[in-house]
Amino acid sequence: MKIHLKIWRQKDASTKGKLVDYDLDQVDQNMSFLEMIDTLNKQLILKGDTPVEFDHDCREGICGSCGMMINGQAHGPVPGLTVCQLHMREFAANETIYVEPFRALAFPVKRDLKVDRSSFDRIIQSGGYITANTGQPQEANAQLITHEIAEAAFDSAACIGCGACVATCKNSSAALFTSAKISHLVKLPQGKQEAAKRVLKMVAQMDAEGFGHCSNTEACEAKCPQGISVLNIARMNWEHLKAAIFKD
Amino acid sequence: MKLDAKIPAGPLADKWSSYKEHAKLVNPANRKKLPVIIIGTGLSGASAAASLAEQGYPVTSFCFQDSARRAHSVAAQGGVNAAKNYQNDGDSVYRMFYDTLKGGDFRSREANVYRLAECSLNLIDQAVAQGVPFAREYGGYLSNRSFGGVQVSRTFYARGQTGQQLLLGAYQALMKQVDLKKVTLHTRHEMLDLVVVDGKAKGVIVRNLDSGEIERYAAPAVVIATGGFGKIYYLSTLAMGCNASAIWRAHKRGALMACPSWTQIHPTCLPQAGDYQSKLTLMSESLRNDGRIWVPKLKDEKREANAIPEEERDYYLERRYPSFGNLAPRDIASRAAKERIDAGFGVGKQRNAVYLDFSKVIKEQGIDKVKEKYGNLFSMYKKITADDAYAAPMKISPAAHFSMGGLWVDYELMTTIPGLFAVGEANFADHGANRLGANSLLQASVDGYFILPYTLANYLAGELKAEKITTKHPQFDLAEKEVKEQLAKLIKIKGTKTADDFHKELGKLLYDKCGLSRSAAGLKEAIAGIQVLRAAFYKELIVSGEPGEINAELEKAGRVADYLEISELMCHDALSREESCGAHFREEYQTPDGEALRNDEKFCYVSAWEWAGKDIEPVLHPEPLVFEFVKLSVRSYS
Repeated sequence: MKIHLKIWRQKDASTKGKLVDYDLDQVDQNMSFLEMIDTLNKQLILKGDTPVEFDHDCREGICGSCGMMINGQAHGPVPGLTVCQLHMREFAANETIYVEPFRALAFPVKRDLKVDRSSFDRIIQSGGYITANTGQPQEANAQLITHEIAEAAFDSAACIGCGACVATCKNSSAALFTSAKISHLVKLPQGKQEAAKRVLKMVAQMDAEGFGHCSNTEACEAKCPQGISVLNIARMNWEHLKAAIFKD
Repeated sequence: MKLDAKIPAGPLADKWSSYKEHAKLVNPANRKKLPVIIIGTGLSGASAAASLAEQGYPVTSFCFQDSARRAHSVAAQGGVNAAKNYQNDGDSVYRMFYDTLKGGDFRSREANVYRLAECSLNLIDQAVAQGVPFAREYGGYLSNRSFGGVQVSRTFYARGQTGQQLLLGAYQALMKQVDLKKVTLHTRHEMLDLVVVDGKAKGVIVRNLDSGEIERYAAPAVVIATGGFGKIYYLSTLAMGCNASAIWRAHKRGALMACPSWTQIHPTCLPQAGDYQSKLTLMSESLRNDGRIWVPKLKDEKREANAIPEEERDYYLERRYPSFGNLAPRDIASRAAKERIDAGFGVGKQRNAVYLDFSKVIKEQGIDKVKEKYGNLFSMYKKITADDAYAAPMKISPAAHFSMGGLWVDYELMTTIPGLFAVGEANFADHGANRLGANSLLQASVDGYFILPYTLANYLAGELKAEKITTKHPQFDLAEKEVKEQLAKLIKIKGTKTADDFHKELGKLLYDKCGLSRSAAGLKEAIAGIQVLRAAFYKELIVSGEPGEINAELEKAGRVADYLEISELMCHDALSREESCGAHFREEYQTPDGEALRNDEKFCYVSAWEWAGKDIEPVLHPEPLVFEFVKLSVRSYS
């Protein structure tokens, strides 16, 4: 099938970008969206043009590298997918598809569809861990964790750090990302020791990076490829309140 | 060159403790003076960086991804093995050691493999302490499942995302050290050369992928943790960025490469659908716990899977390997699939797949139980193929997956260049000629958390008084100049074929001639073919853009240039080994019923290869494998 693309091209953070038109023939409906861009890029290279830069790596929805706005939606029209898992069968022949980078103050554009998401790393750095240096931890079965708690912790831990939650939020809030890590660790008994310190530091870092506040529209959950629940945000707020009250 | 594996003397079970008791230590105050460079932030690189930083060594880490959390360990699905014997089903360190050694077709070192099994116990404790949410029973105890090639349940798992969860544990430990300023982390940096001064590794040349700048870093020890290079086959289960460049450039600086042709072709992947395809997605081996593999008994069967009656289905794994059935090891399951597909029994549009059927388990356990165990895999299958595997069998096919081969390392994980270490999939060590499922997360973790912190200290203790080499040393000038020249050369060609075009062509050639089965004639053709392709690459390649900017095409071209060299070494490696073992199946050496025929008299060694120069045949240095504790047996799963 034939498609029309309008792709955001921008040389670097300080240069103004614009949407550029491309037409693509012979798009197979079983192609992934990224394979479609590969095909476009090959044509651009052979014509002597600059190919479209975009982040991608595992191409199976788990590394969290890829991410772009497709027709205004983070990761495109299908819920529960990353761009690499989105296939062209979701689009109609002759459709015009708008492709733009994730937009957020804390995600500056590097080039074209590539953005800088190192702010996420700094949030984890500020406290998103359990201090358990390599050495001689206790026997793994010494502390029992019920099936339900382990599964609930996993549900929060499944976040792939792609940034769709931020890109889709009208406030560019990183509340879903930050709260998923806070919840994962606080749900487990081994994560409770540092809970208060962790939530205060991570929320402070999130604010310092320039992410907006959460105003409970729940758009993030709807666009999260891992289906991370907004209840994590409620838990983060509760943990934050507790920690702030009992700080001293 | 005489290879010394430095295996400690003494009984098998005491070797590692005896090593640790006698290894040299570095005083905590002196550790600050001994920086370490680590390339790669996957499970082995991140765990090594965190563990060494915790001990007080200043660590500088690099990864090509935009975050350390994205390294390809993240994609490992099924699980991680440990000999905890929580299931009371007869497991032990010895049993796990023997399974792994046998799984590798007796082509790995006893002492290494024993240490892997021994350290597995500690790894589960470490991961749980970090908050890895492994599956649990309702009472709160850790749960296990079974994987290919073993008869016990020793695999720990976190749904189908075990690699992600283990990697996040290591990543978080790493980020804590970054926050403490004990680790300096450079994301979006790729190693392009190793700097060797007076025979010892002293630093690296890297390219900043966001600015295109070439940078230098010096340290008395360099650790390569860059994973495997199965992406050389183009269509593989690996991430697009996985590559051989760090290990290959270290190889050209003098590190020997061991058994590079030993590649695991994973039996349960999604088949190729078209020429545009960029990767083959893996479906976890755990599916074989409950899924049954079959093809129609009728050639060119036209009916849909569900319309084919039970008696007209050939459950060929259950038929050929009754005691292991659908859980036969990967190399055997892949070859059996290829045999059926080649014989004309393949299914799907391109007739390149076999069925993986869950109807029996759905009938027995109910759809909800199956959803709980494999839900994410079934939904991934649906996302990619648009088919519902609860309603009809999955279609699967073998794909290149794991590199058993890699940089040759001794018991201390040190390469033949003093000061250069290789951990995780980047080395050749524990898996022999075939890796058992759920042993790769294990090896990566164990290398980084528990082995390297001891063996690296043992080396660094001797470096305290050595002359300090800085990035001003002329060897850095030389290496940087060569790197810049190569980048400029790739851009200057201005031909008509992209790096991907060459990569696809190479991948196909390699898969056909140096993949699931190999022959002397085929390998010789492949070597000639690769030489032609390599010559064409330097005449017809087109790379857009400049070296001094973000340039994904230039990154790809550099990697493909290395693939075009290492592929030739792979073929030499496969050609010189006139036996079949594990994943290395030479058509000339098989039993009458088509199983691998090993030759222990002539080939009971590790093939370590030395780079002899451009367009010169590599030099083989065999490291004999000595079996003191087990008797070599025929690896039978029937």
